[in-house]
This record gives sequence, structure tokens and C-alpha cells, in this order.
Amino acid sequence: MSDIVLKTENLTKHYGGVHALQEANFELRKGEHVAIMGDNGAGKSTFVRQITGVEQRTDGKIWFDGKEVNFAGPIEAREAGIETVFQNLALADDLDVPSNLFLGREKVLFNLGPFSILDRKAMRKATEAALVRTAVKIPNLSSTIRHMSGGQRQCVAIARTATFASKLIIMDEPTAALGVQETAQVENIIRTLKENGEPLILVSHNMRQVFDLVDRIVVFRRGRIVANLRKQDTDGNDIVAYITGAKTGQAELQAA
Amino acid sequence: MSQTSHGIGGLSYDAKKRPWPAEFNVFLALVILVGAFELIGRVFLGDSFLFNTRENVSGLFNEQRLQIIILQVSIVGIIAIGVTQVIICGGIDLSSGSIVGATAMIAMSFAQVATVNGNPNPKAMFIAFGWTDLPVIVPLLVAIGCGLIAGLINGFLIAYTRIPPFIATLGMMVTARGIAKWWSKGQPISFPTESFAAIGKGLMPVVIFISLAILFQLILTYTKYGKHCYAIGSNEDAARMSGIKIANHKVLVYAIAGILAAIAAVVLSSKNLTAQAGMGVMYELDAIAMAVIGGVSLSGGRGSIIGTVIGSLIFGVIISGFTFLRLDAYYQEMVKGVIIVGAVVLDQWRQRRRAIGA
Ligand SMILES: Nc1ncnc2c1ncn2[C@@H]1O[C@H](COP(=O)(O)OP(=O)(O)O)[C@@H](O)[C@H]1O
Ligand SMILES: [Mg+2]
Repeated sequence: MSDIVLKTENLTKHYGGVHALQEANFELRKGEHVAIMGDNGAGKSTFVRQITGVEQRTDGKIWFDGKEVNFAGPIEAREAGIETVFQNLALADDLDVPSNLFLGREKVLFNLGPFSILDRKAMRKATEAALVRTAVKIPNLSSTIRHMSGGQRQCVAIARTATFASKLIIMDEPTAALGVQETAQVENIIRTLKENGEPLILVSHNMRQVFDLVDRIVVFRRGRIVANLRKQDTDGNDIVAYITGAKTGQAELQAA
Repeated sequence: MSQTSHGIGGLSYDAKKRPWPAEFNVFLALVILVGAFELIGRVFLGDSFLFNTRENVSGLFNEQRLQIIILQVSIVGIIAIGVTQVIICGGIDLSSGSIVGATAMIAMSFAQVATVNGNPNPKAMFIAFGWTDLPVIVPLLVAIGCGLIAGLINGFLIAYTRIPPFIATLGMMVTARGIAKWWSKGQPISFPTESFAAIGKGLMPVVIFISLAILFQLILTYTKYGKHCYAIGSNEDAARMSGIKIANHKVLVYAIAGILAAIAAVVLSSKNLTAQAGMGVMYELDAIAMAVIGGVSLSGGRGSIIGTVIGSLIFGVIISGFTFLRLDAYYQEMVKGVIIVGAVVLDQWRQRRRAIGA
């Protein structure tokens, strides 16, 4: 039990009459990389938003890092150690890379409440370190995000997760809008995280990517988890069958 | 795995493509404008706009004109500092001119002398209570209190009831002007104490404007508060997701704008030695214009106090340039309108160009 990082029990979210997420039971172990797949509207992002405290769940329980948790907001989740790259990149276009990385948790030289003096040097150094750690290459740190390509922006968002000591990283469709080379860059970052033993939940539509990168695949369909399979126990056709509903019923992970 | 095995995704980033600070362009516009007035003056009037041409006065520049330019923009400039941080934060403040009016009236009534030339001050509001010849700190605190309250109301309305800033501050604009008129039933309030009159004497407005501009340039650049202003104006959702307390921040931003308008009111009524209900009419638009001319984007996230200061100088140069060319005051207002619209059009054109990645 102690090696379980994240566990949800009957996690449910209704938006009025829309049952976006229904009784999701999910587990993630230390060092594990799990993919979440499913059609558009299957409830993947909804699942992410409940775990990260962006929204309040309708029902169900969440355990994180050995404790039952009820995050009031994304900040609490982050403070507990969940770093998330949201589907709609949470970046500020007019700020440079270090400012984006440290947005909302700036390093401070003198604490003067809201007028605290920023420690720009320290943030810049930490940014460089994070970029090295994730192998993200951005030649000019002090340029605003606005002038960067989609891939670079995504890399900045991902580097942000690596800037702070985290116990779980969640990425919601990090490569959906990227070209081939930019996708390769992001995948390299994910491999680096795997080498470092950092657990990850990867929401993705890209079958090749998922089979390349993760240990386990969880399929969502119409708000429910319909499959939970180890990579070596399944293949692309099988997964597609679950995504489209051709194959139904709870596919349980066989005991190792 | 070695470091070089990662990060070779072929991402190209041209460091040279880094845009130069927008303030350079604004400064260039200022230089061109001064040059244009200089040229027109030399050709059509045989006089210099910038340089000293009088024999009986020494010095290279026409210092008198330069002083007038900066003096006449410095009071609105103080307001423009507050407005700049509001706009950077993605908002707008239409109430500052009326806050100037109301604050000037209220603060001045706590700054009056008891006797004028041996007779009781005919304008003294609180002479019956004996509230005359009060130390200067009293009207100052009253003024700051007025600005703070008005700003807090703006901020709370915008942050918690989600009323658009345009509407909330429009309401304050009308209400505060009403208070200014009601306060003394339309009568001007005059005869301030010497210490109150000293605040706006001579070049003091310029000194106060420049000091506040430097202070807020530093705040916007080097503090959390400043960083969060840019972040909220740039992408409010991202700022919220990052844990910035948006509502608190907005209340603070509008409160500071209110206090700066109040400081402008003190300086203005002190300089004029009187407060009138109509004081500060249209100042909010002049202040917004200074900011926009200075490169502050009305869609938020971009701009600086330095830009606004240069914008205010452009504003002053235009007005005194028109006087220099002996053009009627009516033309000044018309051209002011054209400049405001022109600056906004320029800003939107810039944004479109950015959006298509040019
Ligand atoms: N804030 C919301 N209000 C109402 N319905 C929502 C909201 N967010 C998501 N939904 C609905 O919930 C379902 C799941 O959405 P989502 O989790 O975004 O899907 P996915 O990420 O798998 O594509 C969709 O039918 C979507 O329309
Ligand atoms: Mg989604």
C-alpha cells in the first residue's frame, strides 16, 4: 500500500445534468507512468481537474501521498506536491520564462507582503537548473513567452513542473498542438522524468507516444474508466476498441 | 544518458528577434514631434520651439516652455501612474477625474485658514466647529482616505461582483462628481493654510510626479505586486491557476489608483489655492491617453510607467506646441481626441501583427 502515490475511489463529477465523470477508481504507484486515453469529451480533463483541486468533485474520495485529501484549490494541490500542465497552458504571454515558472510562488529577497522584493537572480538560476533537468533548450530566458513557438511554450509549462520538488506530475495533452519535432522534445522530457523515477499521469491521444512512454494505459469512455491495462498486456487495436466502445466492460489489470 | 541526447528537437529560436523595448519607439515619437514643432516654428514663425531665442535670457533651451510642458502634465501624470497599473492589470479607471474633484473639495475644507486679511474666512466650511488652521497632515490624511475609499469601492465592485471595470468606475465617476458638487453646494473652497499651499508651489508638482513615477516603476518591475499586475493582465486564468489571489490584487490596484488620484487632487488644489466642484473633469481620459500613447496596451499585460511618463511628455509637447503655433484651444481638444484614438488603433494593429506572428 505504501508505494501508492495517488488513489481515487468512486470519483464523480456532474456539471448539472452532464455526468462528466462517474465513479472513477484509479491508482498510481511510485515511479509509474500511466497514460489516460479516451475520446474527446470522455472526461479525461475533468478527472485531472478533480485531482488537482481546480474544481470540487461531486462525490468520491482521493488519497495522495498516503493521506486522504480535499484540495480547496490548485494551490493546495501544488503545495501537496502535484504539479500539473493543464490542457489550456496556464502561461502569461507577457512575462518571461523565469516569471512564468515562478508565477504565484516567486522567490523573495525582502518580505514586504504584496510589495515583497523579488529575488530575480535566484529565480533565473533556478530556471536554468530546471531547464537543464528537463533538457529544455530555450536560448533566451528574458524574452516574453509571446515570442515563442508552441513547442517552446509547452516546454516552459513542463519545465515549470520540474522547477519545484513534486511527488506527482500530470500532463493533459501536452503534445496535442505540437509538430513532430516539438513532440519529440516533449517526449524526451517525459523520458527524463521516468529516468528520475518521477511518477506521471499523461493524458494523450497519441497511440505511438503512449506505447513508447508509459507503463500502463487507462481508458475513459463517457465519464467512466472502461479499461486499465499494462502496456505488455495490450496493443493499439485493443485500446482503440475500448475507446470507441467496440469492446466494453471493466478490463481489470491482471495480478502481476 | 548524456545531456545532449535531449533537447535536440530542432526548436529554433532566434535571439536577435527579441523586440526592442516599446519605450524606445515612444521616445522616438516624442523626439520626432518636438522636431516637427521646431521645424514648423522655424519655417512659419521664424521662432524656435525648443531653443532659447531671446537675447535678454541666457541658456541654450527655452527653459520656460520646457517647465510649462512638464508642469502642466505632472498633475494628470500622477493620475496616469495609477491608471497605468490598472490598465496593465487588465482594467480601466474612468473615475479618477471625479475622485480628484471630490477629494479636492473635501480635503481643502480641512486645510482652510480662520482669518483672511483680518476678517473671518468667508469660505471656511468648518469654521463653526473651529476646524481651521489645522496641521497639514489632517487634510493630507483626509485626502488619502477619500481616494482610498473610492478606490476600494471600485476594487470591491470589480473583484467581487464581477461588474466590468468600465461600468463600475463609470458609476464612481458620476457619483464622485455628485459628491464634489454637493459638498459645498457648488461653492468653491478657498484660502488654504500656508503649509497646504506649499505642496503644489512652483515646481513641486513635477517633483512629486517624478518621485511617484520612479517609485511605481520600481514597484512594477521589482516586486511581487508588479509581477502579478502583468500576469493578471496578460492571462487572468493562468494567474488564477498559479495561485495568485486575483480579487485581493485587483482591490489593491484600484485602491492605489484612488490614492494617486487623491494625491493629484491635493497638488492641484494646493497649486490653485482653491478647490472647485468641476476640478479634474476629463482628467481620467487625459490620463488614459498618456498611458496609451506611452505604449500601455488597453488589453492588459503590457506597458510601463516609463512609457507613461514619456506619453505624458508627448501630451504636454502637443498642447504647448499648439500654443506655440498660436492655434486655438479648440484645435487642441480636437487633436487630443485624434491622438487618443490613434494610439489605440496603433496598439490594436501591433497586437494583430503579433497574433499572426509577424
Ligand atoms: N465546466 C463544464 N460545464 C459543463 N460541462 C462540462 C464542463 N467541463 C466539461 N464538461 C463536459 O464534460 C464532459 C467531459 O469533458 P472533458 O473532461 O473536458 O473531456 P476530455 O478532456 O476527455 O476531452 C464533456 O461532455 C464536456 O462537455
Ligand atoms: Mg481534455
